[in-house]
Amino acid sequence: MSSNEITVKIDGKECKSVEGEYILNVARANDIFIPAICYLTRCSPTLACRICLVEADGKRVYACNAKVKDGMEVTVTNEEILQERRAIMEVYDVNHPLQCGVCDQSGECELQNYTLELAVDSQSYAIPDTIRQNKNWSDVLHYDAGLCIVCERCVTVCKDMIGDSAIKTGPRGGEALPKDLKDTMPKDAYAMWNKLQKSIIVPSNGTDFTDCSDCGECTAVCPVGALVSRDFVYKSNAWELKRIPATCAHCSSGCQIYYETKHTSISDPTEKIYRVTNEWNYVSLCGAGRFGYDFENRVQGKDEEAFALAIKAFETAQSIKFNSAITNEEAFMLQRLKEKLGVKLINHDAKAFKDFLTSYAKASGKGLYGGDLKEVMKSDFVISVGASLRNDNPNARYAFNHVQKMNKGAGLYFHPVGDTLVSTFGKSVEIFTHQVGQEELALYLILDLFADKERLDDEIKEYLASFHRHEKRIIKEKIMEEVSQSVTDKETGETKEVIKKVPKTIEKEIEVEVNGLVEMLGGNDAFYENFEKMKSKKESFSLIIGEDLYYHPHLHNLSRLVALIEEVCGMTLVMIPPRTNSLGVAMICDLDEEESGYVIGYNEHGHFRLGSRGFSKLDIPALNQQEGTFTNINKRVVPTNAALDYHGYELNDILNALGIGMRQTIDFTPQLGRIEGFKSQNFDDLPNGYTNAGEELRGYALEVVEVNKEEIKVVKFNESIVINEGEIAYRCNPQRQFNDFTDRSSQINEEFGAYVSPNKAKELGEEIEVIFEQGQSFKLKVIVDDRMQGDIIAIPDYKSYQNVYGVFGRDRYKKVTIKKV
Amino acid sequence: MSLEKYKDRNIGNQNYKLIGHEAFPQTNGEKFERVMKRMVKGELFVGLWVTVRTMFEALFKGQMHTTKYPFEKLPISPRYRAIHEMLRLLESGHYRCIGCGLCEQICISDCIRMDTRYDENQRKEVSEYTINFGRCIFCGYCAEVCPELAIVHGPRYETSSEQRASFSLFEDMLTPIDALKHQKEYPGFGAVSPNADENIKKTPLAY
Ligand code: SF4
Ligand code: SF4
Ligand code: SF4
Ligand code: SF4
Ligand code: SF4
Ligand code: FES
Repeated sequence: MSSNEITVKIDGKECKSVEGEYILNVARANDIFIPAICYLTRCSPTLACRICLVEADGKRVYACNAKVKDGMEVTVTNEEILQERRAIMEVYDVNHPLQCGVCDQSGECELQNYTLELAVDSQSYAIPDTIRQNKNWSDVLHYDAGLCIVCERCVTVCKDMIGDSAIKTGPRGGEALPKDLKDTMPKDAYAMWNKLQKSIIVPSNGTDFTDCSDCGECTAVCPVGALVSRDFVYKSNAWELKRIPATCAHCSSGCQIYYETKHTSISDPTEKIYRVTNEWNYVSLCGAGRFGYDFENRVQGKDEEAFALAIKAFETAQSIKFNSAITNEEAFMLQRLKEKLGVKLINHDAKAFKDFLTSYAKASGKGLYGGDLKEVMKSDFVISVGASLRNDNPNARYAFNHVQKMNKGAGLYFHPVGDTLVSTFGKSVEIFTHQVGQEELALYLILDLFADKERLDDEIKEYLASFHRHEKRIIKEKIMEEVSQSVTDKETGETKEVIKKVPKTIEKEIEVEVNGLVEMLGGNDAFYENFEKMKSKKESFSLIIGEDLYYHPHLHNLSRLVALIEEVCGMTLVMIPPRTNSLGVAMICDLDEEESGYVIGYNEHGHFRLGSRGFSKLDIPALNQQEGTFTNINKRVVPTNAALDYHGYELNDILNALGIGMRQTIDFTPQLGRIEGFKSQNFDDLPNGYTNAGEELRGYALEVVEVNKEEIKVVKFNESIVINEGEIAYRCNPQRQFNDFTDRSSQINEEFGAYVSPNKAKELGEEIEVIFEQGQSFKLKVIVDDRMQGDIIAIPDYKSYQNVYGVFGRDRYKKVTIKKV
Repeated sequence: MSLEKYKDRNIGNQNYKLIGHEAFPQTNGEKFERVMKRMVKGELFVGLWVTVRTMFEALFKGQMHTTKYPFEKLPISPRYRAIHEMLRLLESGHYRCIGCGLCEQICISDCIRMDTRYDENQRKEVSEYTINFGRCIFCGYCAEVCPELAIVHGPRYETSSEQRASFSLFEDMLTPIDALKHQKEYPGFGAVSPNADENIKKTPLAY
């Protein structure tokens, strides 16, 4: 994409933009209104509604898919266009049930809005209605086909952003349009109706169920009340709900969300969260964020006894154990406790991430990775190493998919657990299901494929070259062979020799270059050929790395390799923090290695447990009851607000009792400025939204500080850590489960168990016991994940009391013994 | 406008007319004479006669004009706004309310609350509905906004009870199913205007 600045005139207003931008987006960025229904920012235009019709330099074009040119003059409305638009809206209103009174859109309906905008007060068209049935597509999706206007926004978002492509348009069974309309009706309205009358939305797998990621993004983008989450159907009118701008608490994406609250019922006035909504034009949620909202900790009041015990516990404690599903402010307070009381701070996920980051910083000279997911989305070649993309961070997966769909991009996916979804993201996606422990090799392959070889050390160059070899291969080739045949002419009886060309397959010996790295990583034979095609015409490259690399025996070497790749391949680098705020905790807290003595568990195991789940000795608020900030994967400090009130004690009260607290928790927000990279900004000054042009105005961006760069060499791959035999357990959550909070949410029902591929499930039966080398064991239900491949079993870590992190230690993969139960 | 006219307070100059009447008695004798005249005139009995006649008509001719409240009640104007009623569909007997929540939203004293849910017949069910009559000001907005003519003001103006809550639930307001045939269309606040048909454009239909 070129970024030449150009000027266009829309309705006489001069607008600055860049080449390649759509007229609609330019207009929106400049506060000019062009009606549009089917277009979704960030997704491909589908031309389903045609209402965005405008005139550009005298020609009729669709604003959502016509690109601006320098000096272009656009007229948004004229008589003829207005007629088209009105006819389009009339058509949409044909047979639309008069259910607005009960419809869940409750007035926030684009069909209503445009009907009024275009002053449709009478109808000129009619066609017999078709019976269209209500369907429950999954545990969360409810589709009312009667209300659907087939704008295809749901289909588009599922394909272009989410990547499931779980829904498509299917036959409606409607009657054909009256013939004479073609000549009498406005042209675009007719075309739109013709398509509308033939289609309806159906699951794309041919069944009645979507069997998808259950992200609910399709319900968010639906302009009418056709797609609604099952839990919300007929529950509440939109106007009754209070919208609280917040940040999702579940994973490191830190997506913008609104909690929408109202009293529970007539007889119960306590506030309750009814649903989560988002700015779907600019951010896409996953199922955890959308449906995992009722995880609050309701307490009756302040439990003074427990509080006194807690203070005592803090005074005697030697360690505080916590995880990263906390705010920056809480992390800051824990750090304060450490300074005051001299306790150790133990945080499993943040420690691993911090070690990796520190090592990376030394090698790269930068305190933080260079890129963010926004930049990844703009790239046209994306590589993922060491992340179970589907489970670790949904937005990283969306970015990976988006590159394929929108930028005609390509992708490489390196992971020991096969994934059938990722390969469907695009034709140019190559999956490497390598062995556990081969992550370094994957990075070496990336170096080999993408590095500017001039900038590599001789040693590395030699090392990389050592994998290449030439091999003679026998290939089959089709050629056209000339054969002579004798043909007898029937009439004359003469026999003639005729030369004919017939196809023939021959075997041929050729010399090919074989890349041993590709072979070792389990890449397929055709990769080398494909790769040339994949890489051609690509301009920007990005690399996403995940938790497998932080929980790795060779994490230092990996971090150096990553730094090297970022430098010599010119790649945008993003690291997925293992949990919600691992990045923030890693930057704010001074973490210790091993716990000792009396341990306080803060949302974790410990001798004295503070937590927002019922079984704690002292209750603390859950993340939807707290104000504060998170540091997300995009290196932004983003604010979240309390959706529900909380009457008990919080960490700040403990600090106050110990004489180091502040009046309110958010008084710590400006104090974060003391930490390198953070800013000293008051919580109330932090914005949380997007502009019309899609610019993110949420909190502030961390500053990437420079650190001393040390000359560190990468070392060669050492095979000894590869696990290639026996049963392997992988610490990984099912989709939509991230932590105790998602676990508690009533609509997130993925269970705790062993997630396995369908094939493996056949072998394992219903229940297994997984025994680790150190003797710990779990009895687990076998749960099939249709999208997994291979033999590795995934054991979730979202339940803190199961202490799965503790069992896995500093590894993400473990050799285990499996017994059938 | 000049205020001159109003500022002129010299009433003596204005043209008052005196209404003709008998000359005032001047002397004491004349005064005495007037008192006596009035005393013996039968005017007092004219008035009394009216009372007696009405009493007679009421008692013996059955023309009683007093309403024997609380045994009898006067009919009330259809536009009177008393305690709400919830009407039913005449054909099916199902309650008319669709649970749209407009009454809840428009209510000026925020005294309507309702709970709804998705029922087994894929309809929106009103699972709970209440009006807090301690706060209702009987403004009639709810009846006016209701798209279904479901909530209306009934004629029940006696609103004293042991508990306010005793007529504020859906069941209390809903036409009893056995009284459905007595349910009348509501002509009052928010009812369809008699010329409604002339005001709407018809939508073409195809079957
Ligand atoms: S379900 Fe909603 S988003 Fe999908 S096509 Fe229908 S109206 Fe559009
Ligand atoms: S819930 Fe998500 S994955 Fe499923 S159909 Fe909707 S958008 Fe697609
Ligand atoms: S869990 Fe992560 S990806 Fe999902 S909505 Fe929340 S922040 Fe976004
Ligand atoms: S009459 Fe007025 S105050 Fe009373 S419930 Fe209706 S809208 Fe509310
Ligand atoms: S306005 Fe009428 S139909 Fe709507 S909720 Fe109120 S009573 Fe029911
Ligand atoms: S918005 Fe452009 S065709 Fe629908």
